[in-house]
Amino acid sequence: MSSDLFDALNARDLRKAQRRERWYLFGSGLPALLLVLLTFVLPIGWLFWLSLFNADGQLSIENYTRLLEPIYVLTFVQTFKTGIIVTIACVLIGYPYAYFMIKGPRWLANVAMALLLVSLWTSLLVRTYAWLIILQRRGIANDLLMSLGITDAPLPLVYNLTGTVIGMVHIMLPFMILPLYAAMKSIDPIYSQAAAAFGASPSRAFRDVFLPLSGPGLAAGATLVFVITLGFYVTPALLGGGKVQMISMRIESDVSMYANWGAASSLGVVLLLATLLILFIVKKSAGLGRRSE
Amino acid sequence: MSEEHKLSMSIDIEKLTKTYDSFAALDDVSLSIKSGEFLSLLGSSGSGKTTLLMALAGFVRPDAGSIRFGGREMIFEPPHKRDVGMMFQSYALFPHMNVFQNVAYPLKLRGYKRADIRQRVEQALATVELDHLIERGITEMSGGQRQRIALARAIVFEPKILLMDEPLSALDKRLRETMQLELRRLHERLGMTVVYVTHDQREALTMSDRIAVMSKGRIRQIDTPVNLYERPANRFIAEFVGESSCLPLTLQGGQALFQGRALRGANVASGLKNPSLVVRPEKLQFVPAEASDYNLLRGHVADVIFQGESQLVQIDLGEGMSVAIRRPTNSSEGNRLPARGDAVVLGLHVQDTLLVGDDQ
Repeated sequence: MSSDLFDALNARDLRKAQRRERWYLFGSGLPALLLVLLTFVLPIGWLFWLSLFNADGQLSIENYTRLLEPIYVLTFVQTFKTGIIVTIACVLIGYPYAYFMIKGPRWLANVAMALLLVSLWTSLLVRTYAWLIILQRRGIANDLLMSLGITDAPLPLVYNLTGTVIGMVHIMLPFMILPLYAAMKSIDPIYSQAAAAFGASPSRAFRDVFLPLSGPGLAAGATLVFVITLGFYVTPALLGGGKVQMISMRIESDVSMYANWGAASSLGVVLLLATLLILFIVKKSAGLGRRSE
Repeated sequence: MSEEHKLSMSIDIEKLTKTYDSFAALDDVSLSIKSGEFLSLLGSSGSGKTTLLMALAGFVRPDAGSIRFGGREMIFEPPHKRDVGMMFQSYALFPHMNVFQNVAYPLKLRGYKRADIRQRVEQALATVELDHLIERGITEMSGGQRQRIALARAIVFEPKILLMDEPLSALDKRLRETMQLELRRLHERLGMTVVYVTHDQREALTMSDRIAVMSKGRIRQIDTPVNLYERPANRFIAEFVGESSCLPLTLQGGQALFQGRALRGANVASGLKNPSLVVRPEKLQFVPAEASDYNLLRGHVADVIFQGESQLVQIDLGEGMSVAIRRPTNSSEGNRLPARGDAVVLGLHVQDTLLVGDDQ
């Protein structure tokens, strides 16, 4: 910087004002920063710290080496498998649902949105128990299937993976649909019109224009569903009948049955890292096809 | 005559009607556009010009009427089967495709081979002088570049009909005027039929073979730019096109009287309803008190407005009437700036004396 500018009219005071403004902005962000530090960074750091001690309170990586045992590996596999199935089901049901809310008649779209929100606002526990009743051996679902002649004997719909997936999909659907709906709503209908003007049939215009433009919303919804599903506890515990072992349930048993905080912490750390890795991959691949506006 | 081998197609619109609730967006519109013609639909917002264009593109389904492209009925065809080029006001370039993919899209839909697509896209982009940006993303493009890409996409498959919905309205004045001339040259070179929607009368006058002025869902006059300007059919057109003042007249014994004197050169033969005198700022001159070949208007200078290339002098004619006169801002002899309050005599040449009646 030249000294001319430094000596120029009011230059020194203007720089001082600029510096003061920067401090002021930092100062007003400080409470939020402290809150994040206190409620997120500190506990996660502590979690990591705890995971480095074995049951006898000695520093070791025992907690991590144990995760390579088949029982833990199986739990991880089952957790991710459940997450993937639930996410795919949510995409297959959620995409048409959100699309209908955008393109369908106004009043019906409002009803669809209301139903979604009511379900979101209802307690997770209530909805899980409701599914338990619906899906049990002599429940509504089996009654219906048998009266329609689809099956002769009651199907095992609950206390297994099927029941878990049905319950979890229902609970996770709003997390799929709401980001998708927001993304679809922001797609200007002019793009589909333009595609039609240049000769694209409605289905072709959907495939070439609407679907790719709704991609970011789809990625956001799917990621949200998958990540939440990985840490799900109540629904798989109740609807899985002990046949579906999720990481969260392993953590619970480590803490409440064996009081082994180190083992539980290491599971938490690995789950967190796996989730971060997935988020990173999704962000990378979603950013490839599309430049930000 | 075979339409097949030509670069363009005629458009015949017959008794087209479209009503939204009780609002008539199109009210019995009939219009024949010649093959290869550049026709502008001019009107203010809500005049029905965009509705008419969207009906041609197939996005608006009319209540009644007929639209024929090259003699073939199109009114029942969905947009993707009409095979027209289209340029949208917001350009509607696909944000998830790059420049090449955008321009190639109409060709891809028509099943062109890859090498062929490449060559045609390059050619179309060369036409709009953007071939060096072929692999760039749409979001990197400026407004003017997007406009050109949208144009390239609209012409790349050599459509026989090109529909344009205020394609220049988002550009700044300078770029807009350059593009007007470029579009006109492009039309001369490619020869397709163009229907061009605009609310900018200067744009319509600059570019069109013919202009259809619309208001309230109806075509008020359709004519060449010169005729539209010099021979407006009625008072609405006279006031809409150009900065004209319409001064009330009295008819007496087959003569039109203004300020108590008969106007020479005025054609009062046809039964005009509420006739008025059309006066445009550039048609007026300051004249001596007795000038032959001129009809005289007497008044006082109310205001002088400097507008750069010209000055606009507001003249109060009394009885609540006023006109404006435009004068070039050069320093030639006698180009003295009038002062506010000066008594002046304005001359309107006999051949420029034009009467219009109210719209029926």
